Amino acid sequence: MAQQELDHLSGQTTTGHEWDGLKELNTPLPKWWLYVFYVCIIWSVGYYFFYPSWPLVTDYTKGIFGSTMRSDSIAAYEGGVKARLANASGLADAPLEQIKSTPALLEFAMANGKAAFGDNCAPCHGSGATGGPGYPSLQDDDWIWGGKLADIYQTLQFGIRSGHAKARDSQMPNFGKDGILNKDQIASVASYVVSLSDTSVTAAADGKQLYSDNCAACHGEDAKGNLELGAPNLADKIWLYGGGVAKVAAQMSEAKHGVMPAWEGRLDPITIKSLAVYVHSLGGGK
Amino acid sequence: MSLMEKHAIFEKNSIVLLVGILIMVAIGGLVEIVPLFYLKSTIEKVEGMRPYTPLELAGRNIYLREGCYLCHSQMIRPMRDEIERYGHFSLAAESMYDHPFQWGSKRTGPDIARLGNKYSDKWHVEHLINPRAVVPDSVMPGYPFLAKAELDTTHLQAVVKTNALVGVPYTEDQIANVAADVQAQANPDDKNVNAFLQRYTVTNSKGEKISAPVARDFDGNPAKVTELDAVVAYLQVLGTMVDFKLYDDKANLR
Repeated sequence: MAQQELDHLSGQTTTGHEWDGLKELNTPLPKWWLYVFYVCIIWSVGYYFFYPSWPLVTDYTKGIFGSTMRSDSIAAYEGGVKARLANASGLADAPLEQIKSTPALLEFAMANGKAAFGDNCAPCHGSGATGGPGYPSLQDDDWIWGGKLADIYQTLQFGIRSGHAKARDSQMPNFGKDGILNKDQIASVASYVVSLSDTSVTAAADGKQLYSDNCAACHGEDAKGNLELGAPNLADKIWLYGGGVAKVAAQMSEAKHGVMPAWEGRLDPITIKSLAVYVHSLGGGK
Repeated sequence: MSLMEKHAIFEKNSIVLLVGILIMVAIGGLVEIVPLFYLKSTIEKVEGMRPYTPLELAGRNIYLREGCYLCHSQMIRPMRDEIERYGHFSLAAESMYDHPFQWGSKRTGPDIARLGNKYSDKWHVEHLINPRAVVPDSVMPGYPFLAKAELDTTHLQAVVKTNALVGVPYTEDQIANVAADVQAQANPDDKNVNAFLQRYTVTNSKGEKISAPVARDFDGNPAKVTELDAVVAYLQVLGTMVDFKLYDDKANLR
């Protein structure tokens, strides 16, 4: 190699590269930087021993710490749940009624329930729990399958027509589609049903009799519904699929059936309990 | 001649440098990727995983066609906040029949790896037609045309065959009955429903049922099998196949 040229001003050699009369200095890397770099290389060797790293023939090296992403995340998750429960430790085993009557448990359940509601229930029931066409309002005291704590809890756990083995299930017959009643008869029954809560509608003469023969078995003689069968109250002016004679007749003719998912398994038991308490407290709990 | 001077060969010849880079990157890639193909622990042992039914697969293709993956990921990361919001972190086994997988990393919308059974079919139908109808502050576009478009099954059997070719364990029976199974899954009153369910039910070694598809009129329109039927069928199966009651978390830590 050729003799290295010395730059007299800085005392460094040059690389021999020259551009427009300017020569590049061969300045060495700063010592502190170089040593930090070497220490990092040595430090990295530690990872080979302490953390999972090298693939082997059938397995891989697990490392002395035995650390894994999955166990870390499970521990963090369980730790978080535990930390949150610190002030409400009895919640897991407490009966629903007791949660309601114990301020510390109630406070936790309401906060937990509210958060879970926003994530899981609001898409259908609305963020204010006021429901919408086909999705019942949870703010009022009109319940289809029961508004007691235990009823709400059961609905949350197993759902309605959810496909879960313990799901609540019932079916309204298709009076029109399946030819049980003719069009005029359906209109008569619908007018009778709507007239129960809306005085501006006059019930057809044969409406009451047809109602007794076809509908009362589930919805009751007084049309106040049956919680056991999920038969809604028809006398309270609250309509799941819209009020008025035409919409009621449409539902009679070919019934729509709502589906509520089962949350058992998807949400942990404490969250389901919290949701039951939260929904019960929204205004309509019995 | 010192080692540093030999390095000058790389610095002075771009082709040699290129080949050198290629070799270095290849070593890094091979050491990181190749073991995943032979290590048994890559894919967990789970019970319940089955290939998608033809209707679900058709829905999946529409999901890809419409670019849903641009806003929705399908992988719950092993982190506390993800587990709290979405449920158990995703397993490799849960996407072993996905070609291509839909893990993704862009979340303009939420992760949907465990969307199945979270909402009712009716909700999905309303939400896909007009998301604002059920979620007022949603920014998702509406897909109302899915409800009107009849599902095109012309190439579906070829799609199933292609999946079989790349390793999805479709049986001869399943491949032969693609058209019938599409009709059966979208219509619970179809005469082939039982045969269809039989074909896709997963049983354990004792013959007990672990998981099975469902036959429903997903879009609420019994008159025809629409693209909406297929998409809702696909969305309703996401993350529901593995039975986590039977899954051993401890055996699959990594």
